[in-house]
Amino acid sequence: MATTAASTGPSRWQYLDKIRRNPGPFNQDSDVGDEALAAQDKAKILVIGAGGLGCEILKDLALSRFKDIHVIDMDTIDISNLNRQFLFRQDDVGKFKAEVAAAFVEKRVKGTKITAHNGRIQDFNEDFYMQFQIVVCGLDSIEARRWINAMLVNMVDMEDQDSLKPLIDGGTEGFKGQTRVIFPTLTPCIECQLDLYTPRAAVPLCTLATIPRQPEHCIEWAHIIAWEEQKPFPNLDKDDPEHITWLYQKASARAQEFGISGVTYSLTQGVVKNIIPAIASTNAIIAASCCNEALKIATTAAPALGFEESYMMYSGDDSIYTSTFKYDKKPDCTVCGEVAKPLQVDPKMTLKELLDSFALKADLQLKKPSIRAEGKTLYMQFPPSIEEQTRPNLEKTLQQDLGLDVGHEVVVTDPAFPTLTFRFILSFV
Amino acid sequence: MTEIVVSQTPPMLHGPTEKEKKYDRQLRLWAASGQAALESANILLVNSGAGTVGVETLKNLVLPGIGKFTIADDALVNEADLGVNFFLDESSLGRLRSECCTKLLQELNPEVQGDWFPKEKGPLDLANVLETSPIFTLIIYTNPIRKEDLATIEAYSSQHRTPVISIHSAGFYSYFRIALPGTFPIVDTHPEVEKTADLRLLNPWPELVEFAKEMTRNIDALDDHEHGHVPYVVILLHYLEQWRQSHSGENPNGFKDKTEFGKLVTRGARTNNPEGGEENFQEAVAAINKNIKAPELEAGVEEVFNHQVSDEAELESMFWVIARAIKQFYHKHGCLPLPGALPDMKAQSSVYVKLQSIYKAKARKDAQEVLETVRASPGGKDVDPTEVDLFCKNARFVKLINAKPRQLNLSQVFDTEKASDEEAEAMKVATCGAFSLPASNFFIYLALTATAHNPAATAEEIVSTITNAVPEAAGHERLWQVAQEVARAGGGELHNISAITGGMVAQEMIKIITKQYIPIDDTCIFDGISSRCQVLRL
Ligand SMILES: [Zn+2]
Repeated sequence: MATTAASTGPSRWQYLDKIRRNPGPFNQDSDVGDEALAAQDKAKILVIGAGGLGCEILKDLALSRFKDIHVIDMDTIDISNLNRQFLFRQDDVGKFKAEVAAAFVEKRVKGTKITAHNGRIQDFNEDFYMQFQIVVCGLDSIEARRWINAMLVNMVDMEDQDSLKPLIDGGTEGFKGQTRVIFPTLTPCIECQLDLYTPRAAVPLCTLATIPRQPEHCIEWAHIIAWEEQKPFPNLDKDDPEHITWLYQKASARAQEFGISGVTYSLTQGVVKNIIPAIASTNAIIAASCCNEALKIATTAAPALGFEESYMMYSGDDSIYTSTFKYDKKPDCTVCGEVAKPLQVDPKMTLKELLDSFALKADLQLKKPSIRAEGKTLYMQFPPSIEEQTRPNLEKTLQQDLGLDVGHEVVVTDPAFPTLTFRFILSFV
Repeated sequence: MTEIVVSQTPPMLHGPTEKEKKYDRQLRLWAASGQAALESANILLVNSGAGTVGVETLKNLVLPGIGKFTIADDALVNEADLGVNFFLDESSLGRLRSECCTKLLQELNPEVQGDWFPKEKGPLDLANVLETSPIFTLIIYTNPIRKEDLATIEAYSSQHRTPVISIHSAGFYSYFRIALPGTFPIVDTHPEVEKTADLRLLNPWPELVEFAKEMTRNIDALDDHEHGHVPYVVILLHYLEQWRQSHSGENPNGFKDKTEFGKLVTRGARTNNPEGGEENFQEAVAAINKNIKAPELEAGVEEVFNHQVSDEAELESMFWVIARAIKQFYHKHGCLPLPGALPDMKAQSSVYVKLQSIYKAKARKDAQEVLETVRASPGGKDVDPTEVDLFCKNARFVKLINAKPRQLNLSQVFDTEKASDEEAEAMKVATCGAFSLPASNFFIYLALTATAHNPAATAEEIVSTITNAVPEAAGHERLWQVAQEVARAGGGELHNISAITGGMVAQEMIKIITKQYIPIDDTCIFDGISSRCQVLRL
């Protein structure tokens, strides 16, 4: 019996074991037998992202007694990571995040095995993801979240309980953040809650080109218009200070021409890279909240988020405020729902206008959509030959030129989400 | 008065320094001024027990570059520490925990200084540490704590007016409480941008009125391009003038008037275009609700205006000198100094820049008036004008923390929280579960404080300690559950709960040290089972 260690002095996991081995008032029916507890020793857990949240998550999981951890990240370490990604040092700049983070935690917490994968989540298939019991995500990209969400929902086989992998997702911005727990197919998925991220409306091109008013307009002009016209370097590398300096100088000159103040190097970098402020303390809160849920799910030491409230929002700008929400599954969710979404459009709209509108619709956010209707291809992004053939359709109107009508089924796909098919039933305004 | 001239030569075109690069993501939150405050802070952690929550707090301060930290802790590292504390490893076993944690924390940021006490194995002499160290900016201590150490900290805090944060993390629960030495005013509160627009449409000043009149004198004669680019501020001022003429000088007031007024504005838009309307007019209609209303004071400013400063030291602080000048300004003009920022709106560049400069000029004029009042008042002679500018810019959103008397009567709090739980339960039943309000975390606070000096207390002992102080608590069911949950942890920390709590405490310390954003007032209680915080003034 493991508790014998108590007689020879405190054991490594004595604090955690108090919680694991003694049911409390909120988990009276939990099985705390040795066999049930041994399941956590064998659990394989996947961490996606080894950045601000990922570093914290690896530390927290290791100290939650998870022994077999994998981590995926494609990025290398940048100097601006060092104010919060605490497993990295100055000398590590340029190395793979996953590798450095895994080695650090493995060395610090004895008995923990951490396997690093320096790559993209899209490089791995279903067989890879099937080996894990829980997936914890610390990502800053909505696209990657949607991808892994679709993968885990598609993997669920109702006949096989082990195919259901709880997904715990964290995100932060400044002093704010959120944690959510998803039981794929059983509780609302990330796609069901996509409208929580409002896509940022782009500044109209004509404002940038003719009537700039804000420093951001001058920077976007340099980024979108001046760069394309002058191509000072073959490809824009947003991490190359020389490139950012070029944009900054162009933006400054334009701002001066229009009497606009406020263009700085820092703002230029912020706008071009779409930088989100990030600090150690918020990452610590959200990462540990995700791992607290992982521990509760793996050990049943207390009820976890998920089936009732599934979403915790933290806000620290003005005092501290948390709220937990219960969301509903959307029956017309593209990923986990069963029915087609309604799509209400202006019949006089061109196909291009319709496709452009998909980028800004909160529940779609598709940047490279291809579209079919009633079994006929209207526009395809790839391959180039078909793109060329279907391109003339872009300028045609939906009803008159393309013959679309109320009740038609429209199918949209996007290369960012190869496993997803967005089905719509058309109606006119 | 120093006129800010739009620079004629381009600004220095240099990239960021290495330090600016490293701290880029946080400088976007608290700027160079906040960073400087952080870098000159000197903090002390008095650590004890399972010892993790305080160290996790420090990690989140070392990374952003706190000036100096000190750990006072006489515990020697044992096996149990390695299962909960990340800033220790196998080689730390048997050594001083304070020293080992300090060294591993320092690795995170070579720019931060760290120190520890005691220097040799043996009991900690906290009084001696406090006597021999440079003045601490802020002290944090973790529970359980020796009573004599607590008394030493409290004596130091009252002598040096040092903010003190106590933290307690056990099992799935934690709380922390901030004790500030007096009222704590914040000017740079960082309100949400959407809330900050102050356009003064109902009380415009002559330059603004003149500008709008000039632009709209022949509004119908403007060509379509010009008409479609009249900024919405000008559109609204123009139609407000029209409205008053037909409403015996009164502004639109209330929902019905505003709807009518919206229709009036919409009728002004030209529709002879493919869009069938004009974007600037749409912007104008959308801005009516938020911007056409009589100025009223936010609760925070009102509290500042009405607050009776009793403490001599506080009375002389520049905050109160400026606050009194702003109050005087408010009584004279019926409104606060203009912040001067103009939101983006559809307009031609030159028109927008001109309008922006009208707002900026008025803001400078208001700030100048306040500055003169400050300089003429006792203690205000040497005021830094940028401090007055910042105050004027944020006047609507200044905030006082720790201004109300503390809630010393725990029985009263108990009754309030119990009643609100009962109300929540009744609502849940009445709506068949559709609406449920979160349960109070106050009982967690009671149970944790009952173990402040006795971490191994049983549930019965915890309840008995509580009912001695709060007799009303006897027989309360949730308290009994919470006491069992606290007893279950036996004083042990869970790493995740201590990491969450350490993150929250570090955020609050950053707010206090930088005097930016709004700290809690004054106790935050965390329930790691339901994943919720509650802030109470206790
Ligand atoms: Zn879904």
